[in-house]
Amino acid sequence: MTWLLLAEAGVPEGGLFDLDATLPLMAVQVVLLTFLLNALFFRPVGKVVEEREGFISTSRADAKQKLADVEKLEADLAEQLKGARQAAQAVITEAEQEVDRLYREALAQAEAEANRSKEESRRAIETERESARTQLQGQVDQLSSTIINRLLAA
Amino acid sequence: MALLPFPLPFAELEVGHHLYWQIGDLYLHGQVFLSSWILIGILIAFVFIGTRGMKRDPMGLQNLLEFLWNYIRDIARDNIGEKYYRDWLPFIGTLFLFIFVSNWGGALIPWKVIELPDGELGAPTADINTTVAMALLVSLAYFYAGLSRKGLRFFELYVEPTPIMLPFKIIEEFTKPLSLSFRLFGNILADELAVGVLVYLVPLIVPLPVMLLGLFTSAIQALIFATLTAFYIGEGLHEAH
Repeated sequence: MTWLLLAEAGVPEGGLFDLDATLPLMAVQVVLLTFLLNALFFRPVGKVVEEREGFISTSRADAKQKLADVEKLEADLAEQLKGARQAAQAVITEAEQEVDRLYREALAQAEAEANRSKEESRRAIETERESARTQLQGQVDQLSSTIINRLLAA
Repeated sequence: MALLPFPLPFAELEVGHHLYWQIGDLYLHGQVFLSSWILIGILIAFVFIGTRGMKRDPMGLQNLLEFLWNYIRDIARDNIGEKYYRDWLPFIGTLFLFIFVSNWGGALIPWKVIELPDGELGAPTADINTTVAMALLVSLAYFYAGLSRKGLRFFELYVEPTPIMLPFKIIEEFTKPLSLSFRLFGNILADELAVGVLVYLVPLIVPLPVMLLGLFTSAIQALIFATLTAFYIGEGLHEAH
């Protein structure tokens, strides 16, 4: 390992606090390392991390937007559903009323018809009875006159 | 060192020995660069493999890297603010990763296997040059941040809330890098020494709790350094109204 011994004779004493040209060279080395690591590490990793952060925040914003849309649509649908229910209820009520009205009409008509035919029959019976009585009266009269004639003749 | 009748192969304490490299009239601590190159290589390889074929749905290593990125971003964002943290994220993150990898690498990699002519490999952050270099970079960074954003009004910071604060604020400009560098250096060196002494005395099992504690403090030191860097930069950028 003697090739590492680059110093000739008369090297300094050494010591813990021996400041020499190592200092500026080390400073240069650290600065170079800064540029190297910036190119190899900080910039590429930073790009990836920040792109991901951007991606996440845009995705989140997107998701929020979509959620808001969904909520709006849901509210819309609920509104429509409510309208439809009300309309259906109205139709049902109307139909029920219609049915009721038709029923009552039919009933009234039937009653009127029944009354009318009852009255008619009653009147027919009356006339029949009247005519029968008149006829009977005629026959009674005829018979009585016949009886009288026979008795008187005898 | 004469306590033991025989020398232990992996237990020897060396403090303040350096593998000197010479460039012109300048001397370098070779072992610091060697270990830092190995650790930087591991870090780069890890990052390179982990960032290949990244997807929106993370898999495997990408998860870990994204966790790290988020962790560092939180440090930067909490201290600097939403508006400017992006500019400083790489710097703070590099300091965090480099210190963390250095500290843990210094503790976990069996450096003693590689024998050097002089000195020994270890955490680069256990050398005062490394920590001072990074602390001075931090000072430069927050001065640059403040001056580029507010111009000379950056120095209004020194007289807020009252001009009485001026001397303290000026002293603070010196104590900031000093405390940053010495905190890191001291913690890591102390950890290495404590483990070294324990290994020297009782080579088996006994040093393990101290090693675990060392890993914990190492991670904390990286976090502290990065957080303070972010805080200082945030302070420099802060608009006082």
